[in-house]
Parts: sequence; structure tokens; C-alpha cells
Amino acid sequence: MSSGSVSVRIPTILRTYTGGESEVKASGATLREVIADLEASYNGIGARILDDAGKLRRFVNVYVGDEDVRFVEGLDTPTAEGAQVSIIPAVAGG
Amino acid sequence: MAVTSATNLGPATALTCRECGANYDLGPRYACEECFGPLEISYDFGSITKADIEAGPRNIWRYRGLLPVPSNVADTPNTEPGWTRLVRADHLAEALGLRSLWVKDDSGNPTHSFKDRVVGVALAAARELGFKVLAAPSTGNLANAVAAAAARAGIRSAVFVPENLESQKIITTAVYGGTLVTVKGNYDDVNRLASEIAGEQEDWAFVNVNVRPYYAEGSKTIGYEIAEQLGWRLPEQIVVPIASGSQLTKIDKAFQELIKLGFVEDTPYKIFGAQATGCSPVAEAFKAGHDVVRPVKPDTIAKSLAIGNPADGPYVLDAVRRTGGAIEDVSDAEVVEGIKLLAQTEGIFGETAGGVTVGSLRKLIESGALDTGAETVIINSGDGLKTLDAVTSFARPSANIAPSYDAFKEAGLA
Repeated sequence: MSSGSVSVRIPTILRTYTGGESEVKASGATLREVIADLEASYNGIGARILDDAGKLRRFVNVYVGDEDVRFVEGLDTPTAEGAQVSIIPAVAGG
Repeated sequence: MAVTSATNLGPATALTCRECGANYDLGPRYACEECFGPLEISYDFGSITKADIEAGPRNIWRYRGLLPVPSNVADTPNTEPGWTRLVRADHLAEALGLRSLWVKDDSGNPTHSFKDRVVGVALAAARELGFKVLAAPSTGNLANAVAAAAARAGIRSAVFVPENLESQKIITTAVYGGTLVTVKGNYDDVNRLASEIAGEQEDWAFVNVNVRPYYAEGSKTIGYEIAEQLGWRLPEQIVVPIASGSQLTKIDKAFQELIKLGFVEDTPYKIFGAQATGCSPVAEAFKAGHDVVRPVKPDTIAKSLAIGNPADGPYVLDAVRRTGGAIEDVSDAEVVEGIKLLAQTEGIFGETAGGVTVGSLRKLIESGALDTGAETVIINSGDGLKTLDAVTSFARPSANIAPSYDAFKEAGLA
């Protein structure tokens, strides 16, 4: 499986892991692989996004392009070469 | 933005993660750095008394000692929301077969919805935290409230709404000036955009995003007022519309605080939730016995409740189940029937959210979930003048006649 390069938008509360960067590059053919690659580059960031069981934390929304991954295949959502991944706190609105 | 020692947020002492319990200093943060969970205000209420409250102004600032705002909050320009009427609804009660029913009519707020309460608190906190712009993603009512509050405070507003919003809500926002942006997407898309902008525009207070812990506390004042207006006691049942779910959970929080402060007797109450079937993720989760809420793509005329991914959904399920309530949902046709029933029995013109609440009340009675013998309060959260399209099917003149008594007689109007 090829591992495309994607762009990941980092929310404010995770920028301590990325040296203040709001957007970073990562690679992976699925969201799960992209998060694993982020963890390899920024030690500790994976556990902020995933819970102890390896599932997406309930107050994190992740988008691949415009699609909320919970509406598609969750962590198995494909991430095509050049895709934009956004990690966003879910506690907003209303 | 650092919070200085001069920050004065009244009885608020800290921010605490509702999920993992991590504590943070008061400041412009809203999600837990450990787990992304929502942050809640922690308080030290000191020696506040009922007499202190009763001596206060006839608006939400009578409860300033229970809110994350400076003690002199009433002295700064704001819209002075709250202390809306609690209407004894005997005719609606009779139509539905209820012994005792009250309508908390929040259409009486300055911009005609409960959102003036939350924006009032958010504005006060945003000032203290050093923000320069008052902003929000909105389904309409919040847009009105933010634009008006910013105009009154003399600061810039920036509001983002779905482009398919009711024209009444566009006009009633734009009239106050400020920046109003229509976004090609639904509310959840707008919300996502706002979260991303909030991460970059450091001096923008998105009231329901990066200032949300403060903002959300404003909804407690609905609960305080209901209890005080009933003569410092809690109703036995309350029906609350659900969008993000924040209002429902904060009414529960208000009742719990009043019990702990000894301001009301610790009598049991049940909280019921109301949604439109076209956007009913919390009702679906309740009925399926789930404790997580699966997001949906909204499709309903009740646009002020059309949040497909409700932030407080799990906490709504907790509060409703803990108190022995239930959550119901109604079709768009039932929403319109609900608006009509409230208007024609009580003279209160609610917006579509009010129709959702009345419609759900009726279904909760029919299903037996709601006790018809117990005293019940329902929330009318907004004004029907903002959702006129919903009622054009039935809200028409009875006749069109010539200006003569004969014409009046012939039309059968006597």
C-alpha cells in the first residue's frame, strides 16, 4: 500500500507537540496510519487524539477533506495523496 | 493571551475538565489539553444569600454572584437580558390534559431568544480575558444576540451562519452592523470553520467555541429564574429543547446549585428533552439506550435546533436518565401544530423550537413518560417572528371584505 503525503491541521491545544506549528505534513494511506506517523514525529500526540483502547476520543472531531470521519470509515478512512486532515476539538457550538 | 492577576470573574475559581477532572487556571481555554473534554467553571459561592439575589436588578445580573462575571458587571453596557415571564398556561394545560403547566417565555429577551443570556455572560468574560472581537457560529438566534451585544458594548462582532438560514434571522442580525458572513454549508460546517478560525485569530472571542465554558453558564439563569418565580422551589417536570444540549444540562446544574446552597428544598424533578425528528441524534441515542450520540445531517424546519453533532449530547443523556425523564422528537408537521397550539391557547408566538417543545410535550404525555398530575414547566426559547415561514400555511386572514356592514354580514363574521 502506498503511503501518500497529507497535510494535517493541528488544533491550538496540541501545538505544544508540534513546536507551535498549526499545520504539519504526515504520511499514511488511512487516518490510522497518519496518526501513527504523527506520533512517530511528535512523541505523545497520538495519545491525545486516541484513547487507551486506540479509538478516537469522543471529544475530538477529525475531518479528511470536508468529511467528518465518523460519517465514513472512522480511523480506516482513506487519506489520498495531498489530502487535508483537520483535527478539531468537538466541544463547540450551540 | 495570558490571564493577569487582575482578572475578576466573580465566584469562578478554575476550569475543570468534565471528562478527566484536570484543572486549569481561569483563562481563554475551552477544551482539556489531556483528553479534549469540555471545561466547566468551578466556583466558590462564599456566603451568598437569597436576599442578595432578591435585592438585585430584574435581569440575569441578580444572579451575578453565581456566574463567572465581575461583581460590577451590571455597570458595563450590555443588553440586560433575563427575568422573562413565567406564564401560567391553564388553557394549554387543559388542551393537553395536564394539571399544572407553566411556560418560561424567553422570547421576551432583548433580541427575542434565550441567547441574550449566554451572550451577556460571554461578553463580560471576554472583556475580562482581553478579547477584542465578539464572534460566533450560529443558527440565527445567537447571531442576533452577539451582533446586538457587541453594538451595545461598542466592539466589533463577527458572526457566521449557514447560507440557508431564515431571512428574518439574517435581517435581525445585519441590522446591528458588524460582520455577518453566510457560509455555504450547514451549521456543523459553520461550527467547524469557527473552531478553525478561533485557533488562528487570538483576540476573537467565539462565544460558543473558545469562550464556551463561560458562555454556557448563562443558561443557568433560566433555571434560577424558574425556581425563584415559583417562590424558590423546583418544578416536578421540565421540558427543554435540545440543540447542542447545553441549555438542558445548565438548567440541571442550576437546580443542583440551588439545592446545595439551600435556596430550594431538595425535591425530585425530571428533565425531558425535545428534538425535531429531522435532527434528533440525542433522542435517537436515548431511545436506543446508547450513552454516545451518533452525529446526523440535519433536515428540519427547526433550524435553531439543527445541530447534527451536539457537543453536550452525552451529558444530556446523563441528566435525563439520572432524573428519570425522557427525550422525544417530532415531525416538522407536529412542530407547526405545536406553534399553533401554543399561540392559540396562550397567546404566545414561539419560534420553531417552541413548536418542537410543545409537540414533544404532547408526545411525552401520550406515551405516558410525563406525569399529567405533576407540575410541569416548558421552555419557549425564541420568538415566532423570526420563523414566519413555518406558519404561513395556517396564519392567514379569516376573510377579505368590502368596508361595509353588509359585506361583514355576508361573510358570516357576526
